[in-house]
Amino acid sequence: MLNIRDIMETITMIQEENLDIRTITMGMSLLDCADSDIDRSCNKVYDKITRLAEKLVSTGEDIEHMYGIPIINKRISVTPIAMLAAVSGGDPVKYALTLERAAQTVGVNFIGGYSALVHKGFSAGDLALIQSIPEALASTEHICSSVNIGSTKAGINMDAVALMGRVVREAAELTKDRDCIGPAKLVVFCNAPEDNPFMAGAFHGVGEPDCVINVGVSGPGVVRAALQKCPDGDLTEVADIIKRTAFKITRMGQLVGSEASKRLGVPFGIVDLSLAPTPAVGDSVAHILEEMGLEICGIHGTTAALALLNDAVKKGGVMASSHVGGLSGAFIPVSEDAGMIAAARSGDLSIEKLEAMTAVCSVGLDMIVIPGDTTAETISAIIADEAAIGMVNSKTTAVRVIPAIGKQIGEELSFGGLLGQGPVMALHNDRSSAKFIHRGGRIPAPMQSLKN
Amino acid sequence: MRAIISVVGQDRVGILNRVSGACAECNANIVDVTQSVLQNMFVMVMLVDITDIRVDFDALTKKMSALGEEIGMVIHVMHEDIFNSMHRI
Repeated sequence: MLNIRDIMETITMIQEENLDIRTITMGMSLLDCADSDIDRSCNKVYDKITRLAEKLVSTGEDIEHMYGIPIINKRISVTPIAMLAAVSGGDPVKYALTLERAAQTVGVNFIGGYSALVHKGFSAGDLALIQSIPEALASTEHICSSVNIGSTKAGINMDAVALMGRVVREAAELTKDRDCIGPAKLVVFCNAPEDNPFMAGAFHGVGEPDCVINVGVSGPGVVRAALQKCPDGDLTEVADIIKRTAFKITRMGQLVGSEASKRLGVPFGIVDLSLAPTPAVGDSVAHILEEMGLEICGIHGTTAALALLNDAVKKGGVMASSHVGGLSGAFIPVSEDAGMIAAARSGDLSIEKLEAMTAVCSVGLDMIVIPGDTTAETISAIIADEAAIGMVNSKTTAVRVIPAIGKQIGEELSFGGLLGQGPVMALHNDRSSAKFIHRGGRIPAPMQSLKN
Repeated sequence: MRAIISVVGQDRVGILNRVSGACAECNANIVDVTQSVLQNMFVMVMLVDITDIRVDFDALTKKMSALGEEIGMVIHVMHEDIFNSMHRI
């Protein structure tokens, strides 16, 4: 029989340390729904989603009960809608409303994939979709959008970067009476993964099977609790503890993903080895860094501590799962992490430090509230900087910033739920990057892309 | 199919009796029992075969949880696979 200490360890992780499966995400291709008539296309999209995902939520709940482990979100990712818009033409917002209706029918938390991939340029459907994003996000609740504007192979499409600065601002303005929730559902990527189960950046890439189950795990609280038991160990010991803990967390993801795949009759794609925080106390990535010995997240040493954490999570997780993918790493979304919120409020965590941190961990400048008078060009410049880090380091980076329309430093936005709340953070708003952004064109792919 | 029933709390007379009684009512066959004191808390772990239980798994979980409240202990019922996958390679 199993060791009693092992059994109690698992129970403590789930009951007291917030171990959970963050998301089961069903990825599905909508390519076979494309039709030259947009209304027919929307009908096919609705039918396919509601058919394939009919039992997604109830199956997730059954697995929760069977294993006694919470599965926080059940979600769907779909083919980038720009591809359907390319075939059908017409107003892409119709697709957003169709996806919203499907999300409500099947009861999922989010559908991701109101997306376009424009890292080398715009093709049919892309521009119309991108320009419709603010309206689509304002008129739906459960739809997430993402745009890939750069990659290591292609370089950075600076015309798209310039456009996205305006789109982010407009998305905030259209939802200013709802704490500017629009851009909280919009991610601008460099090197976007095609199998990411996490929102807001999930979409179903064209190289994926027709339907697939991807799983995202979580457990910052578990890692922190494990480190608390080793207050004086050196950093090699710290890395080993994180690896062991990540292994156990990921095994949960593997188990739940395999079971969901079996029950739904859909192939199992990947486990995303991520430490995804929530605003709940005891579920913070920042607190892990502080447990390592930093007085507060954001001070000198934070980047090194995060690099250690991120690497150890991957090393521990990779052996626990048959296929690893998605974003896989520690997330640092400011408004979704109690420790990050505190550090941002106290002024110890700046956007410059966050940018440095994104070079060594998963994703990028995530869920950062910026002053309401920030220009579109400045937002574009933030996107360009972050994309450059991703492009040169052959990693995924992203920007999800929320201009707090009508608000300034010292004020806060509150989105509710897992999206959390955050203070307006300072930018270099007194100087302009406008000329650089208005040049447009493409930043050529770096030498790192020439691997053949 | 097997499940692990864990019982945690202050030690007292009759815990095993009450928990095993509830198992019998549901036709859950006790395969193994082990108990220990961890950090001053009494911990009992039961491995039970639930292949032929008379209620569904969810109902068994709820029944045990309610029994735990009644006798002042915390009782969890979890599928054996979750422990095997986490602690066995």
